[in-house]
Amino acid sequence: MNLSLRPWLASGAPYIWLNAGAVSISLIMVVGLIALIAVRGLAHFWPADVLAFEYLQQDGSLTHIIGEIVDQESTTESHITHHADQDAARTFRRYLIKTGNRDHLGLDFRWVDQSGMQERHYPDELMVVERREWGNLYGYLAGIKMDGQDISSKENHWTQLQQLIDHSGEIFDEIRHIEKHRIGAINYQMEELRIRKKGLILKGDNDPDKHQQITEQRNNLQEQYNDLTVQLKSLYQSLNQYSFIARIADGKELTVPLSRVVRAYRPNSMSVFQKIRFYFIKLWEFVSDEPREANTEGGIFPAIFGTVLMVMIMAVIVTPFGVVAAVYLHEYAKQGVMTRIIRIAVNNLAGVPSIVYGVFGLGFFVYFLGGSIDQLFFPEKLPAPTFGTPGLMWASITLAILTVPVVIVATEEGLSRVPRAIREGSLALGATKAETLWRTVLPMTASAMITGLILAIARAAGEVAPLMLVGVVKLAPTLPLDANYPFLHLDRKFMHLGFHIYDVGFQSPNVEAARPLVYATALLLVLIIIILNLTAIRIRNRLREKYRAAEQH
Amino acid sequence: MQQSNTDSEHRTTAEHSRGENVVNDPNTPTHAMDLGSVVRARDQYHLAEEKICLSIRDFNLYYSDKQALKNINLDIPEKRVTAFIGPSGCGKSTLLRCFNRMNDLIDNVRIEGNIKLHEQDINENQINIAELRRRVGMVFQKPNPFPKSIYENVAYGLRIQGVKSRRTLDMAVEKSLRNAALWDEVADRLHDNALGLSGGQQQRLVIARAIAIEPEVMLLDEPASALDPISTLKIEELIYELKSKYTIVIVTHNMQQAARVSDYTAYMYIGELIEYSDTNTLFTNPKMKMTEDYITGRYG
Repeated sequence: MNLSLRPWLASGAPYIWLNAGAVSISLIMVVGLIALIAVRGLAHFWPADVLAFEYLQQDGSLTHIIGEIVDQESTTESHITHHADQDAARTFRRYLIKTGNRDHLGLDFRWVDQSGMQERHYPDELMVVERREWGNLYGYLAGIKMDGQDISSKENHWTQLQQLIDHSGEIFDEIRHIEKHRIGAINYQMEELRIRKKGLILKGDNDPDKHQQITEQRNNLQEQYNDLTVQLKSLYQSLNQYSFIARIADGKELTVPLSRVVRAYRPNSMSVFQKIRFYFIKLWEFVSDEPREANTEGGIFPAIFGTVLMVMIMAVIVTPFGVVAAVYLHEYAKQGVMTRIIRIAVNNLAGVPSIVYGVFGLGFFVYFLGGSIDQLFFPEKLPAPTFGTPGLMWASITLAILTVPVVIVATEEGLSRVPRAIREGSLALGATKAETLWRTVLPMTASAMITGLILAIARAAGEVAPLMLVGVVKLAPTLPLDANYPFLHLDRKFMHLGFHIYDVGFQSPNVEAARPLVYATALLLVLIIIILNLTAIRIRNRLREKYRAAEQH
Repeated sequence: MQQSNTDSEHRTTAEHSRGENVVNDPNTPTHAMDLGSVVRARDQYHLAEEKICLSIRDFNLYYSDKQALKNINLDIPEKRVTAFIGPSGCGKSTLLRCFNRMNDLIDNVRIEGNIKLHEQDINENQINIAELRRRVGMVFQKPNPFPKSIYENVAYGLRIQGVKSRRTLDMAVEKSLRNAALWDEVADRLHDNALGLSGGQQQRLVIARAIAIEPEVMLLDEPASALDPISTLKIEELIYELKSKYTIVIVTHNMQQAARVSDYTAYMYIGELIEYSDTNTLFTNPKMKMTEDYITGRYG
């Protein structure tokens, strides 16, 4: 044994196996992780068939249950106390059924034993109604009403319902547009006027012309607002006139106003292609729409937008900052004990836990700097803070400090790779040191800078802890970028995918409903980081190609 | 350190005196190698009749406390080729780099004495170094084109000087490339990356880049040592062409090259200038025994 082992060890083969094993395990873990969150997250949008069955309960009564099977598990007898007298080792299966109708049943999920399920069938007429509140409704269509009158045509009331849902969807979108954008803009301008007036009073400016002007403008806006309210009122009237009657599992009939309905579909009668089409519509809704119902339904667009915008602002701040610092450290500072200490400090900064940066950001940026900015520039808005409260700008700057060491280190490395011969060549042509840096050295360092930026982005996009302190919220009413001057509102709070995952997964009132969204959101976050990184890597590779030959001197 | 310094100085003095002895005896054959075949047929040059471009007086240079150049006195004539020869580490490149103050880039360098470019002391505090380097161009041992297009490489110096007119640049680029005997090879790919050129072409490009800003002096630091024989030949021909316009100082390890291209030659040894005269005299009738040993290959 000992004899045969030694040559094998000496040959190096075990180390190759060891290394290959380590690489394979890493690969399997990464692929497995992505596959898990992809499967769990993406399956959520598939319109599953809806099951109807009679369920024999413990007391011997039968209940009619309608719902989707969302999970199943095998358990042993011993876990379930009421059958303790029987064989404890017998396993049986139970299903988690999404029964919806939360407004009626209280819960929209329940576990059922397989043994108690009778007469399982998938009726074609069973419909699923996605509502703006209270989650899904499962039931049968029993009639359509307009202003309390039954108007359903007996033959194809399903088609009729679809048309009416489309119709009210359009009205709803219009109402939302008016409320959100036009009234939102008016409110914004009114607020600006209020602040201007307060500013005049604070400055002691009693010029009646100016005050008069503000009052006129305000009256003007008020008029516009009144017009819009009239318009809204009529829209609401036409939206609220329709409703439909649904017969749910226990035979009760519910009247549901169409204004509450997002869409209705009958999954059991859908063909595979219809289901695929539906799937992509849902997927698109997920990435492009706003969240509903405490973030457990609808889309996550504001979170995507917030994440990307925050990372981009951070990149804009961190790149010049890190590059300038690295250039000074490497090119101008006299190399000695001091620069060594600074380098060690910079490297250690990268290891400080991110929550510490969050606390620092809150204490220094938000309260101290933000508070001072408010005192100096926005006194008329006080006591309501403008920058003296967590917001997009502070979050970006905090993350920029968090990632600046990475950029500095990468840039310095790039600077040290520029051959001495190139610098001397430029100096010998009568260029000053600054001109040499600007025209030759820095372009050659660009790929290293972007490498630093890639690392910074990868770290920043996934960071959640400090953001909770300096600007991220569960639900932001407005995007930080909109049509109101100055368009980019750095003082606003924003939503973030990482925080969204935490919020939906752990702070949600409806955990079962939210779980698939946690996976889907996680997948999206990973995808966004991959996309951001790939973009940067492509830019870097192009630059690197350009300068590779020169670095080989 | 101190000990070895003294040793080498001691040896130098010894060889010095030996060399003088030899020259004193006119019947001794002065060289064993037939250098006549490599020396170009040329006019007889006499330093006394030349206009002086660079004059170096009592020049010493120290790296920290180690002396690298010792009491150099040298006049470099205008529009002639002056070659510095000598074994590795003798300070010829260091001396060359003093002429455009490239040594400023190295920490802990200290100089004494002065170097005058047309009566102007180039080590004065108020002198504009960038301006000096515009007047004294330099080409390095390894071709070092910038990772830019051929055109941008040649236009670099002019752009630094603030030349923006496309026409001026175009004309200057063409003229420089023609003077560097590179135009015919690259005229159709001026906007390709310069790093795609061969080593010899890159070196001529670097020369073109240097002459584009029309310096008075060109310093060539072993310009052909990294090149193949054909490229070397082209560079040598180029040097021969360029001397009608520029004062050229060339450092070389290759004695045949020095004999072929230069009008004046300086032999240096461990920081000292041993012998300096017109190339014909130095190669055919050196005054010093040390010089003779070196050029005939008896020295390492």
